[in-house]
Amino acid sequence: MSIMEYIQMFPFVRYAIIVGLLIALCSSLLGVTLVLKRFSFIGDGLSHVAFGAMAIATAVKLTTNFLLVLPITVGSAVLLLRGGQKTKIRGDALIAMISVGTLALGYLVINLFAESANLSADVCATLFGSTSILTLTLTEVWLCAALSVAVIAVFILLYHKIFSVTFDEEFTAATGNRAGVYNLIIAVIIAVIIVLAMNLVGSLLISALVIIPALSAMRLFKSFKAVTLASVVISVICAMTGLLASIALEAPVGATIVVTDILGFAVCCGLNAAGMRVRAN
Amino acid sequence: MPLISCRDLTLGYDGKAVVSGLTFDVHTGDYLCVVGENGSGKTTLMRTLLGLSKPMSGVIVAERGFDAREIGYLPQQNAAQKDFPASVREVVRSGCLNGMGMRPFYTGEQKRAAEDNMEKLGIADLAGRCFYELSGGQQRRVLLARALCAAGRLLLMDEPVTGLDPQAAADMYDIIEKLNKDGLTVIMISHDIAAALKYASHILHLGEAHAVYFGPADKYSSSVSR
Repeated sequence: MSIMEYIQMFPFVRYAIIVGLLIALCSSLLGVTLVLKRFSFIGDGLSHVAFGAMAIATAVKLTTNFLLVLPITVGSAVLLLRGGQKTKIRGDALIAMISVGTLALGYLVINLFAESANLSADVCATLFGSTSILTLTLTEVWLCAALSVAVIAVFILLYHKIFSVTFDEEFTAATGNRAGVYNLIIAVIIAVIIVLAMNLVGSLLISALVIIPALSAMRLFKSFKAVTLASVVISVICAMTGLLASIALEAPVGATIVVTDILGFAVCCGLNAAGMRVRAN
Repeated sequence: MPLISCRDLTLGYDGKAVVSGLTFDVHTGDYLCVVGENGSGKTTLMRTLLGLSKPMSGVIVAERGFDAREIGYLPQQNAAQKDFPASVREVVRSGCLNGMGMRPFYTGEQKRAAEDNMEKLGIADLAGRCFYELSGGQQRRVLLARALCAAGRLLLMDEPVTGLDPQAAADMYDIIEKLNKDGLTVIMISHDIAAALKYASHILHLGEAHAVYFGPADKYSSSVSR
């Protein structure tokens, strides 16, 4: 059976592809900001928080895990950002503590309370997203789509503000802009993206989905707009390739997409080197 | 009424005062140079005027109707990191943000202002270049163009010529003098007392723990040598 027939036969594969592409699009939008603002730590920490929340949601048998995972992750994002600036504990140490702590808590909760027959498969799915993208219900598909569209809309509306606060936060604040509010919005968007991306690649691989396309695009382009657009294109192409490859090879979805992203990065590095050689001659 | 009036300010960080009893006024059209040794609190004063840190005591009163959205700021160093993908035009336009209100995009007028400011600083031909591939002097001009987009009435600069070669520094002083003549109020931190005396209308000299001198530039030398 060819891939196209396979896609036409099973609706859940169609959902997986639509949702996967939307998530890939969103997650690449804030990659540059995450890399350059040193928010990647927060992103990593949040993905572990999301795992803990997902474990609790699984243990109490929520039908739509989103409803618990989203508020907990967004709340943590706000706390991390606020807390990182005020507490005595250094920001990155605090994040390390929270992220490992919630990871442990999540695993504990799953072990103690879940009645699943195949525990390690459940944990694996949450961490690496091995099957979850193919098992989304129609409700979850719509929820993913709506959140993705919301993220894209907020990003477009705040594009110039996000640029300014990423490029030079002090200048932004000093000249009368509400830099703190923009930071907070960025943190919330990151949290939403993480919850979304968890469905696609699982909580351990989220950072890769967010950061690698941006790093690839930064090899090729030198302006913020070009890098943002390029990372969206690269991310969507890699996700599409990865999804189809995972179906064809019967490989885990998340891992395949991340490996495709890394291949994309290698291609961009190659193009960059070739470009430099052309310019040198 | 002065544009900014500081009364009995005590400045410092982490609970330690660096300078106290600071009282001075800045009027519209002034060109104030803040000079003093390293560690005398110049940068802390700048950060306080910008609202980035709070004074430990004392008050800063701004003229009625004046707010931070009319301030332009030229930082001493680039806060953003190396290999940040940003074109010169993107950086300069970001100065217009404080005039944007709730609008999501720049107006045509703001874009024109950005082009005018690049023209004024002689960097119009660099508009499409990557900010981080420019020389130090060019980067300083780009950041000044950004500051001008933000500056409705007041321009604050932290050591604008430090690290520039003599020719670039002289050009910078000429540009700033022209901006001031065009009506922009200027507050500048400087190490260069000779240049401060030549260009500024007022001098604030910070010494150990308090201000040594505040007043018109032309009375500075007689006052300090006394």
